[in-house]
Amino acid sequence: MAAVFALVAAGIVAFAFINLMSQPNTIAFTQESSGAVNVTLQSVGSIGTEPHPTWVSYLTQSPAGNWEHTTIWQVPAHTRVNVTIYQYDSGSPLRNQQLGQVTGTIGDTATLTRCDAGASQASCGAPKSFSVNDSNVGNGVAHTFSIPSIGVSVPLAGVNGNDTLCGVAPCQTGSPHNIITFSFISPGPGTYSWQCFVPCGLGWLYGNGGPMGTLGYMGGFMKVA
Amino acid sequence: MSDPANTPPVQAGTADDASHWWRIVAIWALLSIAFDVVWLEFVGPHVPPGRMTDTSNGAAFDFNVLIVMSVPVMIAIWVYMVYAIITWRSGRGGPEPVGGERARGNRRIEASWITITTVVVLFLAGFGTYELVQPEGAGGGQGPTPLWTPASHTVLQVQVIGQQWKWSYRYPSFGGFETNELVIPDNTTVAFHVTSIDVIHSFWAYQLGVKADANPGLDNVAFTTPTQLGSFTVRCAELCGIWHGSMFNTGRVDTPKAFENWATTTERQLAVNTALLPAFAYSYTPDANGADGGYYPDTADPYSPVEQYGATQPAGQ
Repeated sequence: MAAVFALVAAGIVAFAFINLMSQPNTIAFTQESSGAVNVTLQSVGSIGTEPHPTWVSYLTQSPAGNWEHTTIWQVPAHTRVNVTIYQYDSGSPLRNQQLGQVTGTIGDTATLTRCDAGASQASCGAPKSFSVNDSNVGNGVAHTFSIPSIGVSVPLAGVNGNDTLCGVAPCQTGSPHNIITFSFISPGPGTYSWQCFVPCGLGWLYGNGGPMGTLGYMGGFMKVA
Repeated sequence: MSDPANTPPVQAGTADDASHWWRIVAIWALLSIAFDVVWLEFVGPHVPPGRMTDTSNGAAFDFNVLIVMSVPVMIAIWVYMVYAIITWRSGRGGPEPVGGERARGNRRIEASWITITTVVVLFLAGFGTYELVQPEGAGGGQGPTPLWTPASHTVLQVQVIGQQWKWSYRYPSFGGFETNELVIPDNTTVAFHVTSIDVIHSFWAYQLGVKADANPGLDNVAFTTPTQLGSFTVRCAELCGIWHGSMFNTGRVDTPKAFENWATTTERQLAVNTALLPAFAYSYTPDANGADGGYYPDTADPYSPVEQYGATQPAGQ
């Protein structure tokens, strides 16, 4: 009897340990011939797959071109990081318009290309540089990409919520989306948390639970080696 | 050789009382003075949270006073204990020492003990109460109507806004711009107006000696006056969710001229976004997007008249 009890207890401890210690894959990015690192992400309104199909999420494209459901990546230190985000989610006014300001990027600007008419990427509008996104007009802001400890924060313009939006990730560019690009210089070695600051956890208190508080969805880590 | 069994019991506190007493006092005094001098000379100047502001200086001073007063009490107990163990211990096979007869019912000892402990406790209570509010509230949040205000007439107002999971700062004296950077001038009293636009946070500017709760809908005022240039860290000291541990940043104390340059430059750089912010207020009423305590989106009141902490909701929504 005692042996069975010990076995069950050990099983529970092992289960909890494995679950607590598990985390999404780390994607390592290396410098291109230009000397910069290219990181490509997408933000989706619902991941569409278990265990949380309705949760909003980021995805990361591996250097091989595959979309992976992870928010942990590694970049070299003191290197220019070029970020491209394909943004597929609808937006709203910001709780704090201060997050509409682009900060911490090279030139304190980002570039927005609107492809939110349901057309193919080829029919996207012209890229426009911006330093402020007024979330009270247009489709508002869907998410932000922010690395607070190094001051990087970029608002990601939302797409029209009345359109037929992508519901299962990874989303393809045939769905309405916006493309936001920006660059920043990676800091010294260390681990830096990054996250979305729009309370987009649907159905969670203050909008900041669920995907906002789960690694691999709306937040992750940038490991700098 | 005497027979230990027939040796009369040792009477503690008989003929040698006075010499024992003075020896204990001398050892205690030497050790206490040595400790306090070493502490004040080598450790005291470095105790947290440092000397960057008048409030942090006050906290460090309090810490040193408590140490130099409490450690001698501890030393007194240890010295007496060790002295007693060495001097009045029983020899192997010898009689049990008999003690305490002279102390029991000794009014002089009882009065001394009560008087000393009462004086120490009352002093620390009075000193602690006074230091708890000086200077200018000792860097603690005093709510919207502070009782202990600075004597200076030139006070820089800085609003601290907490949200899950970041800090931002508004400068009403410079057009009300809002930034992630906290910069304050040296030798200028600063009034931090601490608030939140979601859950409860706690603004803890460690080296400044400032700590004030950030409550939604409330203006919590804390004062400090920087006396040194340099950088300081800001952390959230109230568990506020999963990324609470990431809710920190670094601020700096600049010269008044450098601060003025930074503030005017930042005001100009952020002018476009500042125009989109709600008018400066000491607290905000976040409502839509679940900031009223409901769920996001708030199905009962999806878009209230107040959006993004105080701004008017755009027409048609």
